[in-house]
Amino acid sequence: MHELSIALSMIDEVLEQAKKHGGVQVTAVHVRVGAFSGVHKDALEFSYAAASEDSPLRGSRLVIEEVPIVVYCWKCRAERTLESLQQLRCPQCNAPVHDIREGRELEITALEVA
Amino acid sequence: MSTSPRIIEVREKILKQNDVLARSLRTSFQDAGVCVASMVSSPGSGKTAFLEHLLSRFRKYRVGALVGDLATENDAARLKRATPQVRQITTGTICHLDAQMVQKAVEGWDLQELDYLFIENVGNLVCPSSYDLGESLRMVLLSVTEGEDKPLKYPTIFNTADVAVITKLDLAAAAEFDLVTACRNIQSVRPGMTIFEVSAKTGQGMNDVAEFLQGRRAELNVVALK
Repeated sequence: MHELSIALSMIDEVLEQAKKHGGVQVTAVHVRVGAFSGVHKDALEFSYAAASEDSPLRGSRLVIEEVPIVVYCWKCRAERTLESLQQLRCPQCNAPVHDIREGRELEITALEVA
Repeated sequence: MSTSPRIIEVREKILKQNDVLARSLRTSFQDAGVCVASMVSSPGSGKTAFLEHLLSRFRKYRVGALVGDLATENDAARLKRATPQVRQITTGTICHLDAQMVQKAVEGWDLQELDYLFIENVGNLVCPSSYDLGESLRMVLLSVTEGEDKPLKYPTIFNTADVAVITKLDLAAAAEFDLVTACRNIQSVRPGMTIFEVSAKTGQGMNDVAEFLQGRRAELNVVALK
């Protein structure tokens, strides 16, 4: 489980941002986690709670938006959302897809501050 | 008075520090003309044996190797028989390598003096997928004893790798390994992926891997010259 390492990196980044904005008190952290990011939502929530305990972020909420895999189908010339990570094929025309447009995200999008 | 919270928009990658460091490593590797390939797989799928065999074919090149494990220096000791430039990265409790570990491990090496650098990640099919190490090629290994459905169980690591290597082919019959199904599963999670089928024990298929890596290095140097 590497979500603890991820949570620690995240806390560093959030604290840096909080400092940049004049040392604000962060009450919630919004993140986007892609289906192909290699990070599991529940494990990240658990790790964040544990890792933030001894930091100024103690008690803050973690709000995770899960991002599905969006690919570009060269045959349909359109973006398609995949249901499964096991089948990298266009759900409409069944062509194999290589071009992953979304789903690798692992990013902080916003902070709620007091 | 409103008590609604104030929102600060951020948009920062969580692994920003790792990504920045990996990019700078990639640039210094490219500038030095060293072809960097990393290997990921489950524990025990034969990364070290594969690398040992590869090194024996690459004696004419200057090769460095970094090997990651939670504990022990056994893998480095094995590889030292084939090349003097080996460093073990012992991660303690950490289940993956990151760019900082790679940077620390290559400190003091003159990259100009290397043609290839191989990075053997910690045996793990989950955690290494999130971390860019600055490599120009990521190989995912799958041994015939692990079963054909490994790619379906761990799609992220297969999707983030550039090539797949099926190892221990000499045991395929004993393990009743279905090569066709395995390849189909790999193609399902990563359409168009190059697949090598090898045995480090008998040498089967290793020539193809060596030629592929030589081609990769040649391409890299053409780009560097431009």
